[in-house]
Amino acid sequence: MTRNLGLFAGVALLFILTGTLQSWNLSLSILNMCLLSAVMAMGVNMQWGYAGLFNTGVMGFAALGGLAVVLISAPAVPAGWAAGGPGILLALVVGALAIGLAVLVYKRMVPGRLRTATMLAVLIGGFVLYRYLFDPAAMAVESNDPAAAGNIGGLALPSLLAWPVGAALAALAAWAIGKIALGLRSDYLAIATLGIAEIIVAVMRNEDWIARGVKNLTGLPRPWPVPYEVDLQQTPAFLNWVSGLGVDPVTTSSIVVKLMYAVLFGLVLALVIWASERALNSPWGRMMRAIRDNEVAAEAMGKDVTRRHLHVFILGSAVIGIAGAMMTSMEGQLTPGTYNPLRFTFLIWVMVIVGGSGNNWGSILGALLIGWLWLIVETVGPGVMGMITAGMADGALKTHLVDSAQHMRLLTLGVILLLVLRFSPRGLIPEK
Amino acid sequence: MDFLNGLITFLNFVFVPGLAYGSQLALGALGVTLIYGILRFSNFAHGDTMAFGTMVTILFTWLFQGWGINLGVLPTALLALPIGIAATALFVLLTDRVVYRFYRRQKAASTILVIVSLGVMFVTNGIVRLIIGVDDQNFADGGRFVISAGDFKTMTGLSEGLAIKSSQALTVITALIVVAFLFWFLQKTRTGKSMRAFSDNEDLALLSGINPDRVVQVTWILAAALATIAGGLYGLDKSFKPYTYYLLLLPIFASAIVGGLGSPLGAIAGGYVIAFSEVTVTYAWKKVLGYWLPENLAPDSLVQLLSTDYKFAVSFTILIIVLLFLPTGLFKGKSV
Repeated sequence: MTRNLGLFAGVALLFILTGTLQSWNLSLSILNMCLLSAVMAMGVNMQWGYAGLFNTGVMGFAALGGLAVVLISAPAVPAGWAAGGPGILLALVVGALAIGLAVLVYKRMVPGRLRTATMLAVLIGGFVLYRYLFDPAAMAVESNDPAAAGNIGGLALPSLLAWPVGAALAALAAWAIGKIALGLRSDYLAIATLGIAEIIVAVMRNEDWIARGVKNLTGLPRPWPVPYEVDLQQTPAFLNWVSGLGVDPVTTSSIVVKLMYAVLFGLVLALVIWASERALNSPWGRMMRAIRDNEVAAEAMGKDVTRRHLHVFILGSAVIGIAGAMMTSMEGQLTPGTYNPLRFTFLIWVMVIVGGSGNNWGSILGALLIGWLWLIVETVGPGVMGMITAGMADGALKTHLVDSAQHMRLLTLGVILLLVLRFSPRGLIPEK
Repeated sequence: MDFLNGLITFLNFVFVPGLAYGSQLALGALGVTLIYGILRFSNFAHGDTMAFGTMVTILFTWLFQGWGINLGVLPTALLALPIGIAATALFVLLTDRVVYRFYRRQKAASTILVIVSLGVMFVTNGIVRLIIGVDDQNFADGGRFVISAGDFKTMTGLSEGLAIKSSQALTVITALIVVAFLFWFLQKTRTGKSMRAFSDNEDLALLSGINPDRVVQVTWILAAALATIAGGLYGLDKSFKPYTYYLLLLPIFASAIVGGLGSPLGAIAGGYVIAFSEVTVTYAWKKVLGYWLPENLAPDSLVQLLSTDYKFAVSFTILIIVLLFLPTGLFKGKSV
C-alpha cells in the first residue's frame, strides 16, 4: 500500500515539477489528457485485465464517442438537415432493415442453395436501394454551404448529454463486433477490432455530411460548468480575485478553465473506478476472473463464457466511448485527421500493461506516467534534440535528426513495453 | 469490337492491378501464416518487418544508383533485395533471440505473444521512421512499361489501351518463383518436412528428434525473406511509406485468415481473393459497362460500389464473412 502511494506521489511530483519548471498551463493540459487516457485505460483494463480480451480498436471507440458530441451538441444546420437529413435517415434504416432481414433469412430458412440465394438477393437488393436513397440525400446535404456547413448539423443540446450517448454508440459497435468475433480464436478479435477502428475513422474522414470530414467541425460548445476564458476575463468577480492574488488574468483564466476540466474528468474517472471496483469484488467480478484464468473450468461450472465476454467487451468499449466524447468536448472540435492508432490504441495498451493489468489503480498510474512521458517528450523533445545537435554544422543530417526526435518516442515506448512484459509482467501495481 | 474494348479496359484497370496487388498480399500473408503455423501467434509486427526490409532495400538501391550500377530495364532494387533480405533476416533473428525466445521457453499464451509482437512492431516502426523518415520514397527505375497503353493501341488498333507496368510484371513473376521455391522447400527438403511436422504436431515432432530451435530459425528467415520481397515489390509498384505498410496489416491478415491461418496454399488463395475483391468493389465500372451493355442500358452513374477510401472495408467485410461462416478458412487452417 505504501509502495503504491509512493508511486502515485512520484507521478504527482512529475506534474508539480512540470508546473514549476515549465508552466502550469502545460502541466494541467498534460494532466487533462492523462485523465482522459486513464478513463480509456480503465476500459481496456476491463477487457484485458478482467477478461483477457485483446481489443486493438480503442481508436475507433474513442472516435465514436467524439462523433456523439458532434451529433448531440453541435449547432443545428436547418438548411442542411432539410436538404437531405430525412433521406439519409431513411437510407440508413433501409440498410439496417436489409441486414436484419438477411439475418432472419439465415436463421429461419432451411440451409441450402435457396437460403443462400435469398440471402444474397436481400443483401444486394438492400444495397442498391440504400445507395439509391442515400447518394442524392448525402449529396444534397454536402452541397449546402460547403465552406461553412455541408453537414446535417447537431441537436444543439448540452455537451454533457453527449457523453452517455458516446458510450452508447461505442457499446453498439462493440456489440456488433463482439457478436461476430468473440467465441472464436482470440487473435480474431484483435484483427477484427483493428479493422473496425480503421473503418470508423475512414467513415468520419470521408463522409462529410456527418461531421464535415477532414474539414473539421469546430466551435463545439463546452460542457456545462466550464466557462470560456474570454468571458472569465470580463467577469468582475474573477478580475477582483485575480488582482487580489496579484497574478496575470489571462494566464489565470486559462488555468482556471483547465482546472475545471480536470475536476470534471476526475469526477468521471472516480465514478468509473468506483463502479468497476465494486464490480470486480462482486460475484460477477470473481466469475470474470475465473473465466479469464481457466475458461474450460468455468464452462464446466455452467458459465456461458462467450456471453460474459460479450458483456465485458461492451462495457469496456462504452467506457472508452465516454472518454472519447469527453476529449472532443474539451477540444471543442472534431478532427478526424488526428485519430491515429498509435496515439489512441497502442499508447493506451502500454499504459495498461506498464501500470499493471487487472488492477484499476495500476491502469490509472500507468496512464498518468506514460501520458506524461508521451506529452512531455512532444514539447521538450525537439528542444533537447536541438541542444544535442547545436554544435553540428547545418545540413541534411542535422535537420533529419531534429525531425526524428518525435519518432524516438515510438522506439522508447516499444522498448518500455517489451521491458515491462519481460521483467515485470504484472506491472507497477500488480493485481491482488 | 465493343466487347474487346470493354475487355481490355477491364484487364487494364481491374485484372492486371488486382493480380499484382494479390501477389504482394499473398507473399505477405505467407509470412504471417508461416509464423502462425510454427510459432503459433499472429505476428502484428509483420507489416513493419516489411517496411524494415523495404527500407534496407531502398537504402542500398540509392547507394547502387549513386555508384552508377544498374540492371538496365530491370529496377536496381532487385540487386539490393538480397541485401535487404539478409539484413531483415538478421533483424528478426535478433528479435527472436532477445524477445520471443523467452516467452517460447515459458510456453506463454498466444495473446501474450501477440502483445509482445506489438512491442516489436513499435520498435521496428520507430527504427524505420528514424532512419528513413515518414514520407513517400520512390525508388523505382529501369523500364517503366512492358507494354504502354499507346503502343498497345497502335499494335491492335483498339481504342482502349492495355498498359502493363514493369513493376507489375516483375511482381507476378517474382511471386511465382518465390512460391514455387517455398513449396519445393516445404515439400521436398528435410528442413521443410520437419517444419511441416512441427506445425502439425509439435510434441510428436519433438519426440522424433526434430530440433525446435532450428525449425524456428528457418521459419523466421523465410518470413523475413517473404516480408522483404513483398514489401519491396509493393514499394516498386506503388511507393514506400511506413504508415501504408502498417495499414497493409489488415488486408494481409484478412488474406491469411480467409485462406486458413497456418495453410500456405490458403494464404496465396486468400491474397488473390482479397485483392480482386478490393479492386472490383472500388473500381468505377461505367466505362466497361458502357462497352458491354447495349446503348440504352448504359449507366449514367460511375457504378462504383464503394469509394477507394474504404478499401480496407472490403478486406474487413470478407474477414467478417469468413469468421461467420467458415472460421477455419477456405483451406482448413488450424482451429485452435
